Amino acid sequence: MGGVSTEARDPGLQPERTRLAWRRTTLSSTVAAVLAVKTALHGGASPLSVALCALCCGLWLGFLWVAHRRIRALATSPRPAALAPRHATAAVLCTVAMAACAAVLVF
Amino acid sequence: MIEFVRNVRLWFAPEQVREEGSTPDYRFSLANERTFLAWLRTALALIGGGFAVDQFLPDLRWAWRVGLALALLGAGVLCSLRAVNHWVRCERAMRRGEDLPASRFPALLSLVVAVVAVAMVVVVLVGWAG
Repeated sequence: MGGVSTEARDPGLQPERTRLAWRRTTLSSTVAAVLAVKTALHGGASPLSVALCALCCGLWLGFLWVAHRRIRALATSPRPAALAPRHATAAVLCTVAMAACAAVLVF
Repeated sequence: MIEFVRNVRLWFAPEQVREEGSTPDYRFSLANERTFLAWLRTALALIGGGFAVDQFLPDLRWAWRVGLALALLGAGVLCSLRAVNHWVRCERAMRRGEDLPASRFPALLSLVVAVVAVAMVVVVLVGWAG
């Protein structure tokens, strides 16, 4: 680029790759949430299944919120700070809670 | 076990992780984060598989269907909890300049997936013969 060094950008594009990894994970969580809604509303709409359906949608939104915050942090800074354990735990807890909903729905 | 409890405390306390050692190159932290996300996607895929077994195999006997679905869901839960635990351990090892933790979990997960796959083959063959 004519000797112009772009010091601000990492040549390995690590923040971008991490951002895309968050997007892929959000997509996976969307697929799981869609399957959850399908399962919940499959056998007719009982109060329990509607409640679990709403809970799964809420968990999906929670995951989306965590991912969005992290994506924004990665996009704004060329040297982003490490992921906070609290956010990693929040993302994992959303996943675990969705599995718990799934266990109740399947049973 | 005590080590695990200490790790669980670290999941919620970013300050405590930062107290130890020195901050590693941000690229190492990001690589660790991507590994964590890859494991989390594996967990989500297992959970989605649990839903799919329940929804798309309606001809299966109830016990088989629920058993397989619960096995997949259980594997998903284990996988996601292990993802965050391993991430914290790697993050701490990098800060202290230690070796990264070794793990038996990938072998365990492969074995579980293989067993579930064999079970699926048996179920399909039994259903086809009957």
